[in-house]
Amino acid sequence: MTIGLDIGSTTIKCVVIDEHNQIVYTTYERHYSQIAEKAAELLTFLHKEILGSSHASIMISGSAGMGLADRLSIPFIQEVYATRVATKTLVPDCDVVIELGGEDAKILFFNQGLEVRMNGSCAGGTGAFIDQMASLLNIPIEQFDDLARQAQRTYTIASRCGVFAKSDIQPLLNQGAHKADIASSILQAVVNQTITGLAQGRPITGNAVYLGGPLTFMSSLRHHFDVTLNLKGTCPQNSLLFVAMGAALCATGEMDLTTVVEGLRKEKVFDGVSYLEPLFRDQQEWDDFSARHAQNTVESIPYNPARPVSYLGIDAGSTTIKVVLLNDKNQIIFSHYTNNEGSPTQVILDTLKRIYEQFPGIEIQGSAVTGYGEHLIEHAFSVDYGIVETVAHLTAAQYFCPEVDFVIDIGGQDIKCFRIRNGSVDSIYLNEACSSGCGSFLQTFASSLSTDIEQFSKEGLFASYPVDLGSRCTVFMNSSVKQAQKEGIGRPDISAGLAISVVKNALYKVIRTTSTEALGKKIVVQGGTFHNDAVLRAFERELGREVIRPTISGLMGAYGAALYASHRHLEKSTILSYTELESFSHIVKHITCNLCTNACRLTVNTFASGEKYISGNRCSRPLKGIQGKKDLNLVAWKLDQLRKLNLFDTSKVDKRTIGIPLGLNNYELIYFWKPFFDTFNLQILLSPLSTRSLYLSGQASVTSDTLCFPAKLMHGHIQSLLDAGVSRIFYPVMSYNIDDHQSDNRFNCPVVAYYPETLNASMDELKEIDFIRSPIDLERIRKYPKKMLRELKKFFPDMTLPLFREAVQAGWSGYNEYRESLIDAGRNVIREAQEDNKQLIILAGRPYHSDPEVLHGIDTLLTGLGCAVITEDALPISSERIDTKVLNQWTYHARLYNAAKIAGENDSMALVQLVSFGCGVDAITTDEIRQMLESKGKMYTQLKIDEITNLGAVTIRIRSLLSALKEERTHHGT
Amino acid sequence: MEREPVFTREMRSTHTILAPNMAPIQFALLRDVLETEGYSVELLTNEGPQVVEKGLKHVHNDTCYPALLVIGQMIDALDSGKYDLDRTALAITQTGGGCRASNYIHLLKKALINAGYSGIPVVSLNLKGMDKNSGFSITYSMLRKGVAALVYGDTLMLLKHQCQVYEIHPGETVRKVSKWMSHMKKQFMKGRGFRIKTMRRNIRAMVKDFEAIEKDYERPVVKVGIVGEIYMKYSSLGNNHLEDFLLSQSCEIMIPGIMGFLLYGIENQIIDVNLYGGSIARKLIMTTIRNFLTRLEGIVIEEVSKIERFTPPIPFKESVKSAEQTISLSCKMGEGWLLTGEMKDLSHAGFNNIICAQPFGCLPNHIAGKGMMKALKDEDPNINIVPIDYDPGATRVNQENRIKLMLAIANEQRIERVLRQKKRKQ
Repeated sequence: MTIGLDIGSTTIKCVVIDEHNQIVYTTYERHYSQIAEKAAELLTFLHKEILGSSHASIMISGSAGMGLADRLSIPFIQEVYATRVATKTLVPDCDVVIELGGEDAKILFFNQGLEVRMNGSCAGGTGAFIDQMASLLNIPIEQFDDLARQAQRTYTIASRCGVFAKSDIQPLLNQGAHKADIASSILQAVVNQTITGLAQGRPITGNAVYLGGPLTFMSSLRHHFDVTLNLKGTCPQNSLLFVAMGAALCATGEMDLTTVVEGLRKEKVFDGVSYLEPLFRDQQEWDDFSARHAQNTVESIPYNPARPVSYLGIDAGSTTIKVVLLNDKNQIIFSHYTNNEGSPTQVILDTLKRIYEQFPGIEIQGSAVTGYGEHLIEHAFSVDYGIVETVAHLTAAQYFCPEVDFVIDIGGQDIKCFRIRNGSVDSIYLNEACSSGCGSFLQTFASSLSTDIEQFSKEGLFASYPVDLGSRCTVFMNSSVKQAQKEGIGRPDISAGLAISVVKNALYKVIRTTSTEALGKKIVVQGGTFHNDAVLRAFERELGREVIRPTISGLMGAYGAALYASHRHLEKSTILSYTELESFSHIVKHITCNLCTNACRLTVNTFASGEKYISGNRCSRPLKGIQGKKDLNLVAWKLDQLRKLNLFDTSKVDKRTIGIPLGLNNYELIYFWKPFFDTFNLQILLSPLSTRSLYLSGQASVTSDTLCFPAKLMHGHIQSLLDAGVSRIFYPVMSYNIDDHQSDNRFNCPVVAYYPETLNASMDELKEIDFIRSPIDLERIRKYPKKMLRELKKFFPDMTLPLFREAVQAGWSGYNEYRESLIDAGRNVIREAQEDNKQLIILAGRPYHSDPEVLHGIDTLLTGLGCAVITEDALPISSERIDTKVLNQWTYHARLYNAAKIAGENDSMALVQLVSFGCGVDAITTDEIRQMLESKGKMYTQLKIDEITNLGAVTIRIRSLLSALKEERTHHGT
Repeated sequence: MEREPVFTREMRSTHTILAPNMAPIQFALLRDVLETEGYSVELLTNEGPQVVEKGLKHVHNDTCYPALLVIGQMIDALDSGKYDLDRTALAITQTGGGCRASNYIHLLKKALINAGYSGIPVVSLNLKGMDKNSGFSITYSMLRKGVAALVYGDTLMLLKHQCQVYEIHPGETVRKVSKWMSHMKKQFMKGRGFRIKTMRRNIRAMVKDFEAIEKDYERPVVKVGIVGEIYMKYSSLGNNHLEDFLLSQSCEIMIPGIMGFLLYGIENQIIDVNLYGGSIARKLIMTTIRNFLTRLEGIVIEEVSKIERFTPPIPFKESVKSAEQTISLSCKMGEGWLLTGEMKDLSHAGFNNIICAQPFGCLPNHIAGKGMMKALKDEDPNINIVPIDYDPGATRVNQENRIKLMLAIANEQRIERVLRQKKRKQ
């Protein structure tokens, strides 16, 4: 008899086989971190009940079993390898295995030589992710599959990382999308994640086998895979036990189970884990701490019908709804904190009705709403004001501490922090996708360790050895916890460790403070997560400073909104009356907008009052029909220029046509290449402006999941050129960029410079055509034309030197003309913005950030908010050298410093930096630009952009920026 | 703002320079060379979670992991109280290419100001004449000696890796490495060991000495090559003691030497002129230097090849050739084409199980490492590469688990090979 044990991150699985490889016994159970104990129990049971002997061959597998096996000298087999062994035995004709587990995702290719892919350290899309999404949708995981099967449509949900997906789903929920559609979209996101993250360019074909929990239990997930991959995969019997089976099949030699069990019982060895100071050393510390924090309170008093005047504040957050009702003395007469249950309008409808019923005669004189669901709620219930979250939180924080320097709010899904200067919001820090890991994440861990969040955090308070889990995003945290579990660390220590991690994550990852003093003296902390005393304590510890946590820390947004409404001194609120609420209805319809080629999928909410609220739009066109007054938008101007080149017509493609992918540096250099190739009478086909479907068409060959999105898009562009039938694609390797004469060197970043090489190595079809990617330095070809000509002659044998020189000349004048006209257009925008008294925003990124799929309509969002938009490349190049503290040696990045300098010198301009997720060079530029701006007393705003189309976070930043700028203007009296 | 402290000539005699310990053997020998030039240098070996923590605190978290580690380690050292801060300077390398690593020194200076050490002078170790007004100058004699130290260091590392896993008396190889390191230091102090003739003599003796280690070549050993971002592939602080782990898994390791990286830097300057045009004089100088270095390389190859059981280092020229078939030689940022070339070379030399170690999100590695995996696999189906990402959040258990998978496949291939050989014999 042979035993195979698979000890995973959450479960322990066991298979016992006889000498004919027939399964004798199987079991599958959760181990709740009690790995050694469970294993000992299981082996004793096997010994007594199944084997009848203490001797058997045994092999351990699974990520959490590695350390154990090592210490007890039990043979260990890597789990992917075990899967492979089992598959080879049980499904011999299998070509590819797709296995999704609790926290892992794997693809095993069997055809053409074995290849194994596991999810990288940054990748979601696993069982735990689906669990998390189910709890977000507030549906039991068992119903998820059924629900998904009823879906009518699919939304785009970012697939790279669970955290991203979450921030995509939340707005959908808040906008009233159907849960069935979201469930199905989540599964599609898992499929996309598996394909991009793991297949990385290798096509998945042939006989596919699905393994692991999610694929076993969810037929619709299998269906999504089948459809996307265009095949029919199978889910074999015992699909959950393949790893254990493989381990059993590989086991050799016999062991004495009683010795193993003895060893397991002794397992209490901790190694490789570091511990932190306990949060509280003794009862006294805890008592002092709780007494101090109990002071920051708002009086709650019962409703007095003699004083019916009141103000309503609503915070429609990402997962929760908070409602506060104040009397005219800012005392709370009613508050309500609840999960939004995926249907914020219903929750608020009920709450409002309750208010009217509970407090007869109440006179609501003003109301305000804030949070993710702001617009929906504002329209649904005729709320007087919709205010941006930062303003709501600031108003509340100032009530507790008028001189507050810094507010940090850790909510369920997001971290919002901002610095206050001269009474207004100055710098804002939001957790961008990758640095997430806040409230709901603690909750998820609590439930995965089978307890609730209150109990979990209480346990942490008095833990003696909090485990050090590092400070990174949820996915990383998962594996840190896995490591801790592997070492047998108990729940209290994990809980305290997680609380400390949340704090460190906020401080060092989101705010990126270098010294804890930099936050200021008066700090107000709030948000649901600070309800958790362990988190609060860890925060004060890390800061070495006492902070103010209002007792209503979870209600601060709503409280601030109510205060805001009361400060406005309205006569009467427009909020729906009780009778109006009785006839309230909310109908959701989905349509596709036909006003432009974006074809946004719109969600139209119609309310009983006839009021409509449309969401999902990327521009304001569907809201007000075709636009009247022209927007001042340089991004739009740039896209127009590209269209005017007239190089998109695929019908004219012939054998001589040269395809050029429209992405990265080609956004600018096409103005060189067009006249250059015109000289030789060669026609160019430019790949179209990016769209979602263009991206998806090339997604499968993307080789690295942490690359920046603009680079990933190139695969789609190449694909579209191939599909158009070109036989030559021109995309040169360029270490060096154009010299703008404002940096020490003129490098491209490594990705822009060498992406053609990656494309060449990862897209097979390129081998069948001429993929011209000769290294070129445009500055040096004037002096050394023969070098480049020699390279190009390999593909264009009849190019002659005189004509080549002429072409280079033409290229340069075309390029220079473009740059000049761009700067001219920029000047016009600046002038007209001043004439129209519009706020001028410099969107500082790269030329290729104008790509509509990259920019996600941020430009039109800005113009929609009444701003004029200009880009960094449209600013006049400064004649002076810009003094930077870092090496200034990349052309595109030098333009950012130039933009920062100009923004610093002009009161009417504000700079918003666009940073692609994964951009390594911008890790350097962002700090420098922030410093350059702040030294001139300007606000720095950064927008991280990626695949995601969620503009929620972007809107918060921009609206906060605009409200601060407005405040500044009123202060200065301009 | 305060003026930046400069490392003055006088400080040579008063200050201890703290430097990162990227590759223990090579860097120790380089330190010895600097001591012969009158500098007092200490290589940092402090480790522990506080190193990463201090890095996270003082460096932008999206910056490459090596920068975070090196800077965290330096600040941790300054914090330790071990050093007289008025008599301490720091040294950091600066490559000066299009990779963001060229910014390490600026990040370090920023971090020092943040951490309250703005008075500590920083020395830039570069070959491009950046940071000229420093009292630390790289002289011809220093270069000449430094190159010799690198050759010795690379050789000792190579021999160590080829003996350790087979040694019958545990610890013998390591003892021999230390013996040779102190032996070389003694030679250096006497001004010896730098001439080509003595170099050949020393290397020959080294090879012989390591050959004499009693070994068991019947052990089931898997041959594993390590490539990647330069800091990650050598530094145990960076790669979570990867060499020790592999040794515990019975692996014979091969890590291409630092000399290859030096040659790569020089070759790139020649390539640059060839591709785009430029100064012919510069090209000639670079060619001369390259030829000199490949001559030194040749000595090691020749001496190691004399022992049948030893695998000599791959000649640099081979790496250029193998890289060229797969990736454009214009890819010169970071480890660039050399990374691709080294993976192919290792595979040719029988080390087809390869760990490609890189900091999470390393830009050049996106191209030359992960970006080339498919092409490498297409060319050589037996190549068994596992890319491992290192960063402050990545856990050792995950990294080792992935490596174990690579090893499982390697073992399978090894067993198949053994069976095939047996069959052939029958």
